Amino acid sequence: MAANGIGARLPRKEDARHLKGEGTFVGDIDFPNLLEAAFLRSPLAHAKIAKVTLPIELEGRAFTSAQIATSTKPIRTPSALPGYKSSDYPLLATKKVRFVGEPIAVCVAQTRAEAEDMCRQIVIEFEELPAIVDAVDGRKPGSPLVHEEFGDNLFVTTSANIRFDDAVKGADVVVNREFRLARNCMSPLEGKGALAYLDERAEHLVVYSSTQVPHIIRSAISESLGLEERRIRVIAPDVGGGFGYKSVLQVEELCIAWLGLTLQKPVRWTEDRYEHLVAAANAREHHYQVSAYANKSGKLLALDVELTVDCGAYSAWPVSACLEAIHAARNLPSNYTMDGFRCSTYSVTTNKPPIVPYRSVAKPSLGVAVEVTLDAVARELGLEPAEIRLINLIPADQMPYNTITGVHYDSGNYPRSMQTAIEQIKLDQIRDRQKTKEPDGRLIGVGFSNYTETTAMGTKVFIGLGWPLKPGFEQATVRLTTDGDLEIKVGVLSPGVGLETTLAQVACEILGIDPARTKVVHGDTALTPYSTGTYNSRGMVMAGGAVSMACKELAARIRHIGAHLLQERRDSVTLKNGAVIGARGGVVPIQQVAKAWYIDPENLPADVNPSGLEVTTGYKPSTDTGAIGYGTHAAVVAVDPEIGTVEILDYVIVEDCGTIVNPLIVEGQAYGATTQGIGQALYEEMRYDELGQPLASTLSDYLLPGASEVPNIRVIHFETPSPYTEMGIKGVGEAGSIGAPGAILNAINDALRPLCAEICETPATPRVVLNAILNAGRSQAGKLA
Amino acid sequence: MKAAPFEYVRPGTVGQALSVLASWRGDARLMAGGQTLGPMLNMRVATPKCIIDVSRIDALRKIEDRQGSIIVGAAVTHSRFEDAAASSPTWRLLSYVGSSIAYRAIRNRGTIGGSLAHADPAADWPAAMMLLGARLTIAGARRTRAVDMKDFMLGPFRTAIEPDEVLTSIEFQTISADARWGYYKACRKEGEYPEAIGAVLFDRRRSIHRIVVGALDVAPQLLEPLAMIVGQQNKVPESQMILNAIAKIAADLSDVDLQLHAAAVRRAIVQAVN
Repeated sequence: MAANGIGARLPRKEDARHLKGEGTFVGDIDFPNLLEAAFLRSPLAHAKIAKVTLPIELEGRAFTSAQIATSTKPIRTPSALPGYKSSDYPLLATKKVRFVGEPIAVCVAQTRAEAEDMCRQIVIEFEELPAIVDAVDGRKPGSPLVHEEFGDNLFVTTSANIRFDDAVKGADVVVNREFRLARNCMSPLEGKGALAYLDERAEHLVVYSSTQVPHIIRSAISESLGLEERRIRVIAPDVGGGFGYKSVLQVEELCIAWLGLTLQKPVRWTEDRYEHLVAAANAREHHYQVSAYANKSGKLLALDVELTVDCGAYSAWPVSACLEAIHAARNLPSNYTMDGFRCSTYSVTTNKPPIVPYRSVAKPSLGVAVEVTLDAVARELGLEPAEIRLINLIPADQMPYNTITGVHYDSGNYPRSMQTAIEQIKLDQIRDRQKTKEPDGRLIGVGFSNYTETTAMGTKVFIGLGWPLKPGFEQATVRLTTDGDLEIKVGVLSPGVGLETTLAQVACEILGIDPARTKVVHGDTALTPYSTGTYNSRGMVMAGGAVSMACKELAARIRHIGAHLLQERRDSVTLKNGAVIGARGGVVPIQQVAKAWYIDPENLPADVNPSGLEVTTGYKPSTDTGAIGYGTHAAVVAVDPEIGTVEILDYVIVEDCGTIVNPLIVEGQAYGATTQGIGQALYEEMRYDELGQPLASTLSDYLLPGASEVPNIRVIHFETPSPYTEMGIKGVGEAGSIGAPGAILNAINDALRPLCAEICETPATPRVVLNAILNAGRSQAGKLA
Repeated sequence: MKAAPFEYVRPGTVGQALSVLASWRGDARLMAGGQTLGPMLNMRVATPKCIIDVSRIDALRKIEDRQGSIIVGAAVTHSRFEDAAASSPTWRLLSYVGSSIAYRAIRNRGTIGGSLAHADPAADWPAAMMLLGARLTIAGARRTRAVDMKDFMLGPFRTAIEPDEVLTSIEFQTISADARWGYYKACRKEGEYPEAIGAVLFDRRRSIHRIVVGALDVAPQLLEPLAMIVGQQNKVPESQMILNAIAKIAADLSDVDLQLHAAAVRRAIVQAVN
């Protein structure tokens, strides 16, 4: 292994600029005569637009659908799923507004403040309509319609019945639970942003966008604006966190592209926190009815699930409004074996912002439904919750394993992960501790949650998801520079996840060139190979695989030239520590090979590969079923039964993401994602009133976990290489967010067990906890009376 | 969101502030630390035509430690309380309250006078000043007057300050060396506005028995009969007694809110009597 190759605990190269505040985000870019844009947004959740009055003095600086709709196409997301209805999401609202915050007009000025002043001069007359605020209500016949042409409020419904009726015949217990998962908001440090200008020399429109998927955004702009792709260049500069929000197309970035093209001046929009919370980045809102069937010994026989997803007003591109429900229905069996499964899903359109895929998509919410139900089954049967998991986890000797819903798990030892978590969290000691009262009156509880992370899924899986565009081969270009350093170009984008470091480590493993001498170029459609982008934790698997393949080819060419310089046979030399080493001990550093190709070609072998020291190659794993990470989260909490607060006392993650490229980055991903999971479990909630008005418009209303709320997380690694991917790498970016909410809710419920109280919703705020305690107290009092 | 256009004036004296205030006839807003008004301006919830920044008026930044009383200027920041030497029981209490407000960056700018004049029921200073029985000095064009804390906050975001007046200072008696106090906040997380406040002061030497419940839908309230009983017995009362006392002054609290407030008061009592 090369010193700084795969497995090295290397600090991120990109941290140097970020720690000095010298990164370049969309908001940092400057141009002479740059115009700033502000959007006039709907104050109402659901209304007809009766009349728009644009003051004459704003002409040429303020735009509504009257100016923009004729030369743009609305966002329309096709899906191959039967019965799916697509919505038209106009760049600026046309006849109706469908959520508070929907853009109606856009104004440009020298400063954002002036542009906002202009927005206030536009007069809109509305005819207010009743709003659909609750997805379960929205399913009812006769409800007001968000999209009249649908005839109901359903984007799509699905149902599956896999041997359910036979499986439940032997059931000794049925446990029913209802779960409400709150709407969350992703809250990356940097919100969305876009800047567009016309580059006359290059004959293209340059669009800077804070995006995870620059290449497909180019296609989307091309489609909407009717401009050929060769005339569009999309650049993602530094991106301050993506989390999935920046994997979808935003109407605002289309508007900015249109303005840049139309005004022929540079125009920028920078999303602020109000816009982020109110109008975008909404996720996670699921409602579940779950019935779990089990026999007396705790063997899970079947799950029966009805899932309602609050999809919001429009179908986001390219993921569509179906993604959450389809993903959930596939993955509900999670890490467990069962004989039967029944599931119906309802993807409901409501008067809220479109739901978009957030780190792990549906899994954190379904994880709560499955894991909290499992604990309820254990309590019903008088079993230890850890025990019921060991009974039902997929055994290691059955790997690779196809779940009852057909998800293919490639490798790993799920029970070992659970067993390790039990040991690390010291379950026995906690059970002992629970026997005596805590001096401060708090209640201690422990909770577990298992997860799988289905990363880097391929073409066939995406066909099943009904996506309009599917990932295939991923390409990378590697090139030696004339001075013998390395350039890597990839179409994926690193939104703060360290790919500038880890891809260089992959190259180092093969070429022996230190990451300090490697430059990773990403985020620019003019400079990098096409890619569907960074999502589904695919960057390291796909781009890492492509870089590995390209480096192997480059290594062969380096050895060939090096052997010639050493006057040795091609197959007698090796490439090690950045040099070609001959059988007789001669050494030719890579720099000398580069010099031969670029500067002294007279020294090249006669049969040299004319493609030189630059390789572009494509890669995909040997199957489309993905590389499946997995693990276990275990949490110990203290619940204050008088004021309802929850403190996390201990937290253990056991994780297996295959071959680890950089443990430091894997742990960073685990900490960050788990923190977001803690947010979902305890703090984050985008609430609406009955008129569809958002009740959180600043971060003092929308609470995020901070340093004082995040415990010292202990991470234990296992490394089971994926049999299907280059170097056995699996993705890891999303895992933490899946395990955390279920583990924390289970720990709370374990703590509340003496009070007969149980929480089946997120976030478990002090009010929710106290309510559960007071209700349990009342029902206990009722029983005693 | 960016603020709507406004004029910005930074007077050097209270007199100047008052005359600028008068000249704008209700279209001006006073700003001290700006920690609440700033976001309100940016969200365009507040759109005054003029902002009068009183944070640099020297007279408002003074702290006078007198014999038996303390007078603090309205523009004294939370962090100055936090950083004050804990030289007496009074300063220990003030420092404790000041240090628990929001986050350090906010405490560096936010002021006691701004907090009292804004009159958010969940803010700390209204409850703490109620506990200390503070007297507030309010300057107007024609006269300067003093108002007791219990008459100052009229309701959520409503005070006795008239539109042409400026809150200039807050005075309170120091507490005795053997006085006992407690202050407890139930917060969703560190630094957030509390969902309930309990504050307790027993100063036998000065015959003071006070229990304050805060973060209600109204101004912080004194629980006088409860304070008398607990002060005399010097022991933590039955929880039901606290619940009853709070239910009496805030009849429409939900069960959860009642529980939160009773727990906060109980914990403040525990701090004071133990």
